[in-house]
Amino acid sequence: MIQLRPKKMFTLPITSELINPDVLTSKTLGEIEKTKLWEGNKQKTLGELFRIDKTNEAEPMLSVVGDMSKVRRIGAYMKAGDLVIHGNVGTHLGEEMKGGKITVHGNTEGWAGSMMAGGSIEIHGNASDYLAAPYRGSAKGMRGGTIVVHGNVGNEAGAHMTRGIIKVYGNVGQFAGFRMRDGTIYIEGNCMSRAGACMVGGKIIVAGFLESMLPTFTIDNIRPKVKIEEDQSAMGPFYVFLGDLVEQGDGKLYVSKDRNPQLSIFEKFLQGDMFYGQKVER
Amino acid sequence: MTELLIQNGSVYDPINRINGEKMDIAVKDGKIVASVSETRAKKINALGMIVMPGGVDIHTHIAGSEVNTGRLIRPEDHYRDFERKTTMTRSGVGHSVPSTFTTGYRYARMGYTTVMNPSMAPLEAKHTHEELNDIPIVDKATYPLVGDWWFVLEYLKRPNIKELARHVAWMMTSTKGYALKIVNPGGLEAWGSGSNMHSLEDQIPYFCVTPREIIRGLCKVNKLLNLPHTIHVHTNNLGTPGNYVTALETMRSVEDLAENDNHAIHITHCQFSAFKGDDWRTLESGAEEVANYVNCHSHVTLDMGQIVFTSTTTMTADGPFQYNLYRLTGNKWVNQDVETETSTGIVPFRYRRRNYVHATQWSIGLELALLIKDPWKIFLTTDHPNAGPFTSYPRIIGWLMSKKAREATMKRMNPRARSRSLLSSIARELGIYEIAIMTRAGQAKALGLKDKGHLAVGADADIAIYSIDASRTDPSRDYKTVRKALKRAAYTIKNGEIVSKDGEITRNVKGATLWTNIKTSEPCEIDEDMKARFRDYWTVECENYPVAEHYLEISKPITVKAEV
Repeated sequence: MIQLRPKKMFTLPITSELINPDVLTSKTLGEIEKTKLWEGNKQKTLGELFRIDKTNEAEPMLSVVGDMSKVRRIGAYMKAGDLVIHGNVGTHLGEEMKGGKITVHGNTEGWAGSMMAGGSIEIHGNASDYLAAPYRGSAKGMRGGTIVVHGNVGNEAGAHMTRGIIKVYGNVGQFAGFRMRDGTIYIEGNCMSRAGACMVGGKIIVAGFLESMLPTFTIDNIRPKVKIEEDQSAMGPFYVFLGDLVEQGDGKLYVSKDRNPQLSIFEKFLQGDMFYGQKVER
Repeated sequence: MTELLIQNGSVYDPINRINGEKMDIAVKDGKIVASVSETRAKKINALGMIVMPGGVDIHTHIAGSEVNTGRLIRPEDHYRDFERKTTMTRSGVGHSVPSTFTTGYRYARMGYTTVMNPSMAPLEAKHTHEELNDIPIVDKATYPLVGDWWFVLEYLKRPNIKELARHVAWMMTSTKGYALKIVNPGGLEAWGSGSNMHSLEDQIPYFCVTPREIIRGLCKVNKLLNLPHTIHVHTNNLGTPGNYVTALETMRSVEDLAENDNHAIHITHCQFSAFKGDDWRTLESGAEEVANYVNCHSHVTLDMGQIVFTSTTTMTADGPFQYNLYRLTGNKWVNQDVETETSTGIVPFRYRRRNYVHATQWSIGLELALLIKDPWKIFLTTDHPNAGPFTSYPRIIGWLMSKKAREATMKRMNPRARSRSLLSSIARELGIYEIAIMTRAGQAKALGLKDKGHLAVGADADIAIYSIDASRTDPSRDYKTVRKALKRAAYTIKNGEIVSKDGEITRNVKGATLWTNIKTSEPCEIDEDMKARFRDYWTVECENYPVAEHYLEISKPITVKAEV
């Protein structure tokens, strides 16, 4: 096991893909201390910025204790191993990771799990905007793996997602599942507006209150429960909406019936012989 | 001024019929001379290297409004490909649409010294020239889009070819253009009202002119004005299955306008115009038909527009085609109507090996280059960045020179496309001499650049030296070595100065902007009617329209005397 502790409060951004169990566990303590990383526009070594302890050689585990909110790209491209962080983390945590597990006992900045393809990330605090979303301009979203957030999440969570699962036990900002193509987003708390905008596939489950429903979704039916993954289901009942019709999408948006009485207006579209809420005279 | 002596290199200079001879090249004051003093001149030992004229690229979108918009909508193209600042060069970003400085450096590294920006909306001329000014090292020029310009359509409607010629001369000189570019003739104007041209006989709404009349009219104008290059045509129906018929029809339409073996038309990125079949599923290569026609006729030149399997940005003035691409991909996109002149569209695109259509397109480009017997008629381009970035030229040269390289790529591509491709039956492998024609000599000749593309005394000292030992290397087997050498030229010499050595920029010089200064016997009359039209239909006043010569950082006009 390797343990890193910051030697000071960082004020400049630090960019390092090297804080990653893949890279560090095979190295000796001396080599770890000499690995280079950037602090602002100056190149430093890991030893200059962190106090490093190495115990029990074999275990592929990296633990970071302290405030890392200025440190970007921790665990990027990670393939295996265990990374535990006690403290807040900067942007791009686990970017394009393919395997292994990252646990954060703290909050994360934007783009956590950006473009990830496998493995799992568990965040016990809050996650900021662009959770699992691709970086600017790209349409390459999350392709696999699991992200679990126990706190709240910012805007555009799971944008362009093509596979994988995101579970949020807190509240979620706007544009959850923007342009998602497949995969699952489960939101236990409340969800701000524009959930599922431009989605063409996949499913978003809102177990809490949904602030507003996009007009480009159409109600399909009511379900008693929805499967999140193999051994986990969300108990309903849920309204099932299809959309986004703007993109001729086939995505499913499940919204809790009990928590969203304002959506009961849609129920009349489910009864036969109804046209724009008016009983059709025959 | 510096003097240079390049010794012992194997020289390939197709215009002067020099095929791999060992000889010395002397350079003085930016020109090639018969001899220089051995003591004073800086010597370059090119033993075991090949010496060629600097590369010429006839068609590459490197500047202008559509390129800039392409940069704007593709941040993901930038952060994956960047270059750090060095003591000599600026930093830059971009894989398929690199920033201006990086474009110049990358061309120079590959031994290219003259590049042509093939589409400029005349209204965007100032912007385009500003960007061209910022592209270092290489000489450049730009072709204004004239095919759908309202004045042209009106003169053709009357029809009055001589008046049209005078008007085009004014427009070319005002925008500092080099050649006439025609994109999807008529289609761009029709796109303004939501339709397109599907054959040469369709009529443009309101103007009642057909694409055939536009092509023939401008071909006659081109001849009346004695322009150095022919008309540069992007055919109708581009990128539509079955469009090889349109391409053949376009070439046939000007057959009678060619005199004594002179070229009359250049069909650009021909790969996109050589599709056979009824729809995407039955798409086949029409390269054989196009090649047969070109082999029997001498009035046509083509460039390849070769596909490379990579992520790129498509950008053309062909609005309707770009709209179809957007429908196909669902990607983000831009479509624009440039007032009374042209349209434009941009869609990011990824060419995939495993995709039947893309793999077939890849095959069509190479089939064209290999089936057309005369390399003076077909040139190497990727229509940068539409079919791939220009940085992939060495890779394409590898495919052209080696059957082994082609087979290695075919092994990994879509099996159905592979089994239908003609490539497995083509054994032809091009030699260095033929590559020199396709990448510099032929292009310079087709462009009418008298001082470029060759190494005779008096020519511009634009020279590329590659570390390929012609006597020992067999490009058909060692295509990887050749590719590597072409990627980073041992020396690139521009105007007699070494600008790049072993792929590192050593000197930052400025390149000139070439344009044709057309002298007509009586100048185009800018009458009140024309001014009124500008006031009614353009956002720019007629007086503010022309680009003054001082706007070009280094202006290099080519004066031609017109017959009108």
